[in-house]
Amino acid sequence: MNTEDRIEFTKEMRKDYTILIPNMAEIHFELLNRVLKQHGYKTELLRTSGREIVDEGLNTVHNDTCYPALLVIGQLINALKSGKYDPHKTALLITQTGGGCRASNYIHLLRKALKKTGYGYVPVISLNLSGLEKNSGFKFTPVMAMKFLSCLIYGDLIMLLKNQVKPYEANAGDTDALVEKWITKLIATFDKGKGYGYYAMKRILPKITKDFAEIPVNKTDKVKVGIVGEIYVKYSPLGNNKLEEFLMSQGCEVNVPGLMGFVLFKTDNRIEDINLYGGKKIKKLLMKALMKYMLHIEKCIASAAKAYGDFIAPASYMHLRELIKPVMGYGCKMGEGWLLTSEMMELIESGYGNIVCAQPFGCLPNHIVGKGMIRKLREIYPDSNIVPIDYDPGATQVNQENRIKLMIAVAKENKNPEELRKIVS
Amino acid sequence: MKIGLDVGSTTLKCVAIDENDNILYKKYMRHFSQITSKSAELLTEIAAEFPEYESASIVVSGSAGMGFASRLELPFVQEVYATRIAVKKLLPETDAVIELGGEDAKILFFTGGTEVRMNGSCAGGTGAFIDQMAALLGVEPEEMNALASESEKIYTIASRCGVFAKSDIQPLLNQGAKKSDIAASIFKAVVNQTVAGLSQGRPITGNVLYLGGPLSFFPELRKSFDETLGLTGTCPENSLYYVAMGAAFSPDSPEFNLKEITEKISAYKSEKGYISCPPLFESEADYEAFTARHSKEKVEINETVMPGEKLFLGIDAGSTTIKCAVINSDYQVVYSRYMSNSGNPIPAVKEYLGEFYSKYPDAVIECSAVTGYGEEIIKNAFNADLGIVETIAHYTAAKRFRPDVDFIIDIGGQDIKCFKIRNGAIDNIFLNEACSSGCGSFLQSFAGAWNYSIADFAKLGLFAKKPVDLGSRCTVFMNSSVKQAQKDGASIENISAGLSVSVIKNALYKVIRASGADDLGKNIVVQGGTFLNDAVLRAFEKEIGREVVRPDISGLMGAYGAAIYAMKHSKGKSSLMNADELKNFEHTVKAITCGGCANNCRLTLNTFSGGRKFISGNKCSKPLTGNKPKVSYNLYDYKKELLSKYRPVAGSKGKIGIPMGLNMYELLPFWHTFFTKLGYEVVVSPESTRETYLLGQHTIPSDTVCYPAKLMHGHIEYLVQSGVRNIFYPCMTYNFDEGLGDNNYNCPVVAYYPEVIRSNSASLGDLNLIWDYVGPHRRKDFVPRIHKIVCERLDKTDLREIERAAGAAYDEYESYMAKIRRKGKEYIDLAKSENMAVIILCGRPYHLDSEVNHGIDKLICESGAVLVTEDSVSGDVEKFATNVLDQWTYQSRLYAAAKYVAQSHDKNINLVQLVSFGCGTDAITTDEVRSILESSGRIYTQIKIDEITNLGAVKIRLRSLFAALGTE
Repeated sequence: MNTEDRIEFTKEMRKDYTILIPNMAEIHFELLNRVLKQHGYKTELLRTSGREIVDEGLNTVHNDTCYPALLVIGQLINALKSGKYDPHKTALLITQTGGGCRASNYIHLLRKALKKTGYGYVPVISLNLSGLEKNSGFKFTPVMAMKFLSCLIYGDLIMLLKNQVKPYEANAGDTDALVEKWITKLIATFDKGKGYGYYAMKRILPKITKDFAEIPVNKTDKVKVGIVGEIYVKYSPLGNNKLEEFLMSQGCEVNVPGLMGFVLFKTDNRIEDINLYGGKKIKKLLMKALMKYMLHIEKCIASAAKAYGDFIAPASYMHLRELIKPVMGYGCKMGEGWLLTSEMMELIESGYGNIVCAQPFGCLPNHIVGKGMIRKLREIYPDSNIVPIDYDPGATQVNQENRIKLMIAVAKENKNPEELRKIVS
Repeated sequence: MKIGLDVGSTTLKCVAIDENDNILYKKYMRHFSQITSKSAELLTEIAAEFPEYESASIVVSGSAGMGFASRLELPFVQEVYATRIAVKKLLPETDAVIELGGEDAKILFFTGGTEVRMNGSCAGGTGAFIDQMAALLGVEPEEMNALASESEKIYTIASRCGVFAKSDIQPLLNQGAKKSDIAASIFKAVVNQTVAGLSQGRPITGNVLYLGGPLSFFPELRKSFDETLGLTGTCPENSLYYVAMGAAFSPDSPEFNLKEITEKISAYKSEKGYISCPPLFESEADYEAFTARHSKEKVEINETVMPGEKLFLGIDAGSTTIKCAVINSDYQVVYSRYMSNSGNPIPAVKEYLGEFYSKYPDAVIECSAVTGYGEEIIKNAFNADLGIVETIAHYTAAKRFRPDVDFIIDIGGQDIKCFKIRNGAIDNIFLNEACSSGCGSFLQSFAGAWNYSIADFAKLGLFAKKPVDLGSRCTVFMNSSVKQAQKDGASIENISAGLSVSVIKNALYKVIRASGADDLGKNIVVQGGTFLNDAVLRAFEKEIGREVVRPDISGLMGAYGAAIYAMKHSKGKSSLMNADELKNFEHTVKAITCGGCANNCRLTLNTFSGGRKFISGNKCSKPLTGNKPKVSYNLYDYKKELLSKYRPVAGSKGKIGIPMGLNMYELLPFWHTFFTKLGYEVVVSPESTRETYLLGQHTIPSDTVCYPAKLMHGHIEYLVQSGVRNIFYPCMTYNFDEGLGDNNYNCPVVAYYPEVIRSNSASLGDLNLIWDYVGPHRRKDFVPRIHKIVCERLDKTDLREIERAAGAAYDEYESYMAKIRRKGKEYIDLAKSENMAVIILCGRPYHLDSEVNHGIDKLICESGAVLVTEDSVSGDVEKFATNVLDQWTYQSRLYAAAKYVAQSHDKNINLVQLVSFGCGTDAITTDEVRSILESSGRIYTQIKIDEITNLGAVKIRLRSLFAALGTE
C-alpha cells in the first residue's frame, strides 16, 4: 500500500473543510452524519442520484469493479465537479472494512480515481475500526464510538418500526414524519451529552416503539418481503434502484435486517479467526469483551420492539449464529459471509419467506453465500421464495422489476393457494 | 370474452377465449416496437370478427407489457406466472416447462416444490440470439432448422452470452466449417445456456413442455434439448400462446368496452420521459460543415492500368466482411471491394479476383498480403505471398493519412481494435473483450429488428432531438435498455442516435477505458465500416471533444494497409494464383478428428484444387507439423510434469480424493504429501476437459462465477463416480504469506468454494466431504487444527504422527516452489544467452489447467518465446508499495512479476496477464499491473479467458506484441 503520498486530513483542515459522505442506510447515516457535525466536523451526506453518477464511475473506475465502488466513487467525484463545494476545501470520507473482499480496496480505487480526474489533492478519510489508516485531523474518540454504536441501535429499531408501520399508515406521511422527529430528538439528546449510554438507550428505545405503535394504521393483508444482500446495495436506494420504495408500491411490507448484526459479525470474525488459525490470546479476550458488551446492548432492540404494539422483533445475532450452524462454517467471513445466508434463514422463520437477495453483478462473496446457498435453503425451507437480483450499470430497472414481480406473484399464490385452484379448475 | 395479450420483447401474442375457455381467436406477430398501435390493431380485428361481444376482459402479460399495462391502467400478470396458470389448467401432469422467448429463457418446475427460474442479466437473449446467429450465417432464421437437421458434428460454442458465442462462430466460419454444423452447434449452445444457467443444480425430469417461439419453430432445437436432458419433451398445441392464455385465464379481471379501450390504446402517447443525451447535430448546417470537413480525407482512385504495370493486392478477411484492394505504386486504389463474407470468405475472394483478372487482363500483381481473422485460410487458398497482423495493416494505412498518427480506433462488424502508437511502434493495443463485442453487427441486429439496413438505420438518428442515453455496457444488456426506452416512449430516431452513441461509449469506456481525449492521443484516425455511419463518427467526436480523421476508405483500411505492406515487402514476383489457376479453383470442406493427442480435437479440413490441404480449428500445431516434437521452454509444462508425479500411493487407511482445481493446483504437493504420510491413498481428479465441465454443469449455482470455479463441480462429480468415500477440499480464508503484500488472503471464491460444493453437489450424498476451515500459513497453529480435523473427520490419529506428516508436507511444498523458481531462472538465463524473447505468463496457479488456458501457453512457445510463470520470478522482487491494497497472495505475485519486468530493463522480457472472465479481483490487479509496467515504459498485454476462448484474438495480441518488440 502506498502510504507515502497519501494526503492526510490534518488538524488545520478540520477547521474549514467540508467532509462529503456517501449515503448508505438512510436513517443510520443521517444519525451518524449529525453526530459528526456535533463533534465539529463540517460534514455533508450525499443523497445525489442520477445517471451522471454512474457515468462518472464508469469513467474513473475499472468497469468490472463492483457496482458499489463504482457508485460511491462516481457520487463523490460528481459532487467535487458539481461546483457546490470548493474542492480545495473538501475532504471525502468512506468506510473501510479490511477483509478479503474487493471492498477493502474502495479507498485505493477512490484515490486512483481522484488522481485521474485531477483531484489528487483531496484528502480521503478512512472510517474503520481496524486502525488501517490514521489522520491527525480526524480522531475517532471513545465518545464518538459510543455514539456511533448507539446510532446503529437507534437506526436499526427506527428502520424496523418504519418498515412495519409505513405500509399500513392511515394518513400518508405519518411514519416518515415520526422518523424525522426522532432523529432530531435523538441528536438533541446527544447534544446534552446524553442518550447514548446503555441505560439511556434502554429507557429511550421503548418510547420510540410506543410512538410508532400509536400511528393510526389500517391493517391489510400484505405480502411480506425480506431484503438481504451485499451491504451497500442492500440499503442504498442509489444502489438498488429504490428497492424498498418499489416493493412498497407493489403492496409489500418490507423487512431489512439491521446494521448491528453486521458489526457483531465483523467483530465475531476476529475471534473465529483466532479459533481457526491461531493468534494472540489477548486480542481474543479483548474482542470477546467487546462482543459481550455489544450483544448486551443489541438486546435492547428486540426488547424495545416488543414493548408496544405487535411488531415482529428482530432475532439476536446469537440466534443467527445458531441458525447457520448446519449450513455453513463460521470461518466464511468475507463480505457479508455466512451472515447473509443466516439472515435469509431468519427472515424465512419470522414470516418473511419472500426474499430479494440484492447483489452487485459478479460480487465474489455472493457467489458463495447468496446464489450459492439458495438451493440449500430451498431444501430446508421448501416454501421459501428467494429471488437473486443483480445490480450494475447495465442492468435495467425493467428487468429487475419484472423478476421481483414474479417473486411477488409466487408469494401471493403461496399466501392464498385457493386462488390458483379456482382458476385452474 | 376474455382477452390475453402477451407483449414480448419482439413479438405480440394475443388470445381471446369464450366463457367456456374455448379459443376464439389467436394471433402471433412481430411488433417492431410499435406496441400500442399493433395492440390496437389486434383488438380492432377481434371486435370486427366478433361483433357479438361488445366488451371483454383484457389482461396484459409479457416482458415488455408491464409499462404498457400500467400506463393504460390494464390489469397485468407476470409472464412466468401466466405460463404457470395456463399449464396447470391445460396440462396438469407437467413436471417442468422450458420456455424460450425473444430475449428470455425460463424454466418452471411444477412437481416437488414449485420453482420458477428466469435468465439472469448475464445470460443473453435466446430467440434474439438465434436471429443474430442466423444473420451471421447469412440465412433467414427459419432456415436454421433445416440446416441443423443436416449436421454431422457439433462445435463447442460459448453458451453464456450471445455476443460471446459470436466470436466463437466467426472463426469457425472463416475456417470453412459447414453452416449446417454451426446451426446445430448454435442450438446446442442455447440448450447448454438454458440448462446450465437456469437449472442451477436441479435436474429437469419427467414430463417436460417446450413453449415459446424458438421451441415452437425449431424441432431441431427441441431435439437438442431432448438429447441433453435424456428425455422426450413435448411441444403442445398453442405452444406460442401459453402466456397469453394464462393472462386470459386470470380470474376476476375487469371488463372493458372493446371500442373504447381500443381508442384509448391507439390514442396513447407516452408522457413519461427517458434519459436522453444532447442531439448529434443541432442543425442541418452543422451537418453540412461536418460532412464537408470529412470529405477532404480521400485516397485517390485511378482505374487506368498501363499494360504490365505493377500492382499490389491487399485482402482483409474480417469477421463479417471481406475487404480487398489493389493499388498501384503511387498508392492509388485501382480496384477495391467491400463485401459481406456470408459465412465463408473463400467464394467472395475468388469472385473478386476473378473479376479483377477479367477487367485487367494485362495487370501484374507483384505482391499480395492478407490480414484479418481469415488470414491463414485465404493465404493458403490463393497462395498469397504475405500474412500480416491486423494491427500493423491498419497502422500502415493510417500513416498515409496522418503520418504522425498516434491513435487508431477501428470499429468493425465484430470487434473494436484500438492502438496507441509511440515512436513509430505499436505501443498499446486494446481489443474488445469477449463480453462486449458487437459494435457494427450490434447496430445491424437492431436495424434488422426494425427492418432497416444498417446505414439507413444509423441515418435516422442524425437529427434526433433527444437521443436515448443507453450508457455503455455489454450489448446483450443493451436489448433490455432499448426495451425500457421504448416503454418510455422513445422514437426509433432517438433510439438509433442513442445506439450510435452507446457504440462509442462502449469503445471508449469499456474497451479503452479512457478518461478523456488526451488519454487517447492527439492525432486520431478512425476506421472500420462502422465509422462510415456519420452518426457514429459524430458521436465519437462529440464524446472525446476532438476532431478526428476518417479516411473515405474507412472500411477498406485493413486491405489498403495490407496492399501497402505488400508493396514495401515485395520480392518482385508473386506466388498468387493467376487467372487460369483461379478458374480451376475448387474448395471442399470436411470435418475430421485429430488423433494427435488424447484431446481428440475436432478439426476442419479444407481441400483446395490440386489436393492442397489446410487444416483449421486446431488448438496446437500438432496436426499441422505432425508429431515432430519441437523443443519448447514452457514452464507450464514443467509445472504440470511436477504435479503429475503426485500419484496415488496405496495406504493402510483408505482413499482420499482431492479435486484438482483452483488452489489445489498449488497445494497438491502439500496435501498429497500430508495424507500419503498419514497412510491414505490420495486420488486426484485428472486435468479438466470440456467433459469435466459438462459433468458438473448442472450443479453450478451462479452462472457468473469464474470458469475455474465452475470446473470444480465436474472434479467433484468425477471423484464421486470414482468411488472414493472421502473428499478433502478445505475452506481456506488465508494462503501462505510470501511477504509480498499487506495480507495473505485467498479471493472469496477460492477461499469458500468448498461451501458451494457442499450445498450444491447433491451426488455427494453421505460421502465424507472434508470442507473444514484450515490455514497452513501459521504452521504452529496449523498442526493442532489439522489434528483435530483428521481425528474428527477421518481417523483418530496421534498428534506426533500429524506433526511428522505436516513437516513433510511443508518441506514438499517448499521444494516444489523452489523447483519452479529454479527452472524459471534457468529458462530466463537460457533466453538471455540465446537472445530469445521471454514471456512471463501471469495468472493463478490454476491457469495451468489446459481447459482454463486453452493452450495459450503453447501458442506463446510456438511463436518462439520462452515461457515462465509469475510464481517463478515473484520471489526475486522485494516488497514494494502499490497503489492498491495488496492483500491476496496469488495476486501479490502479479504485482511482483510486473515489477520484475519493469526492473529488468530487458526489452526481451515481457508480461502477459491471463484474466479469467468474472474474476473480480482482476478488476483491481489488471489496472495495477498495467500501471507498474507502463511507469517504466513497458507494454502491458492482457488476455481474457473463459469457457471458450477465441484463440484468433489471442494470436492478434501476441503477434502485435511481438511486432511491437520487433521480433515478428
